[in-house]
Amino acid sequence: MIAPKESTAGTPSNETFTLNLGPQHPATHGVLRVKLTMDGEYITRAEPVPGYIHRMHEKMGENRTWAQYLPNTSRVDYLSAMTYTHAYVGAVERALKLEVPLRAEFIRVITSELNRISSHLVGWGAFVMDLGGFTPILYAFDDREKILDLLEAVTGSRLTYCYYRFGGVVADVDTAFLEGCKAFVKHMRPRLDFYRALVTDNIILRKRLEGIGMVSAEMCRRYGACGPVLRGSDVAYDVRKNEPYSIYNQFDFDIPHYPQGDSMARYNVRMDEIEQSLRIIDQAVAKIPEGPIMGKVPRVLKLPVGDFCYATEAARGRLLVRVSSDGKDTPYRVRLRTPCFCNLSLFEEASKGMLLPDAIAFMGSLDLVIPDIDR
Amino acid sequence: MKAVREVLSGTKSLLVGMRLTLREFFKPTITVQYPHQTLPMPERFRGHIELRRDPETGKALCTACKLCERACPSDCILVDGVKLEGEKKKSVTDYHLNFTQCSLCGACIEACPSDAIQFTKRYNLASQTNDYRNMDLVQRFKDQPEKK
Repeated sequence: MIAPKESTAGTPSNETFTLNLGPQHPATHGVLRVKLTMDGEYITRAEPVPGYIHRMHEKMGENRTWAQYLPNTSRVDYLSAMTYTHAYVGAVERALKLEVPLRAEFIRVITSELNRISSHLVGWGAFVMDLGGFTPILYAFDDREKILDLLEAVTGSRLTYCYYRFGGVVADVDTAFLEGCKAFVKHMRPRLDFYRALVTDNIILRKRLEGIGMVSAEMCRRYGACGPVLRGSDVAYDVRKNEPYSIYNQFDFDIPHYPQGDSMARYNVRMDEIEQSLRIIDQAVAKIPEGPIMGKVPRVLKLPVGDFCYATEAARGRLLVRVSSDGKDTPYRVRLRTPCFCNLSLFEEASKGMLLPDAIAFMGSLDLVIPDIDR
Repeated sequence: MKAVREVLSGTKSLLVGMRLTLREFFKPTITVQYPHQTLPMPERFRGHIELRRDPETGKALCTACKLCERACPSDCILVDGVKLEGEKKKSVTDYHLNFTQCSLCGACIEACPSDAIQFTKRYNLASQTNDYRNMDLVQRFKDQPEKK
């Protein structure tokens, strides 16, 4: 017979217990484990344990040629694959001083922005689903499907596009695509009002998000948080405006930012960003010039010795790709500075003393993509 | 008083949601009854690769130059060929694709100097066996009828 242990029931609490959130928890959207030390319903410590989906993307860069690394870039943050490829392609182009034709730059902007909208739609749907509302994700996917159809017709793929090449894009867009973009913008604007009425103004959502998950601008700076998380804390920082890349300086758009710093602010930033992306697409489709889609690219790529960086605004924040070359036809090192890793790292500090369901809502508002954290 | 107001605003927000959802309910259904119905694949859809046929001679265009083999980031292509009597270029005898590792990036197709490979539009490729580990594309090419 096993001797019964001394019972702790009834002893009131400075006692804490450990709770594993994940690695297979639906609210962590992938295989992220968060080790929670709980005091009853309250979190005393939340320690994120990443690494469950580590695929060595950075290391893989070292044993393949510059061009062979292209498919990898779409698989880091699979929801906004275009911007990731853009950053890598941009870094290599900067090293080789390649000229990208104007039409290709326009195509890149249009596809990146479409991708950003589709990414925000998934983020939005999944976020609301974390809070217990299942229906909105179906509406989000309905609209996202329209984007995927457009992108599939051009790139041949629905998620991992691998569409950009050094010096341009792999295939030209046709008038059907441009017309489709126009139709999509027209379709999407009233849908945003619909989302607002259905979800944003909903009292349950507001009660769950307002004043919860406070992240100050100072905390964002300490952890290097970026994207909607930073903009939700009243810092209007966006790579597209602050360090313009590609041809983003030719477009008229705003950087939505909210001063509250709570989950609702981050939510609102994303919703407003969809609108701004629509504006950019509208302008780009109207202005897109005729011309070639590929610049002059040497047959065998050999980068000059040195470090080359390129930053883009991915859907979740600032993405920086740094490639180091030692003059060979393979990279010496590929470094990806991904937004989600920094956005996750503030979770431990910000979630202290939070109720468990609020922490889930807070995590949803960070909009984490786990492969992006682990790489 | 505050509680009453909260109940009222809560009910209102619930009703707004219900009204919007109900409106969606009467919209036409767009569901495609897969697998009974399917949608056409777009022109540029990336399925696994296959060998292309020379419309004049009816033979494969591939010259077994192995550029695709070298371009592949995942090492999933194995090509071999022989030089036949009376022909200028090699002709392909083996073209093996390990589709389980292929990421459909299209590097092979871009690398091909003679435009000899293309994407198929196949996508129903779930399998319980090892069929796609070693796909014999030459055999597949031979099995396919020549298009008139």
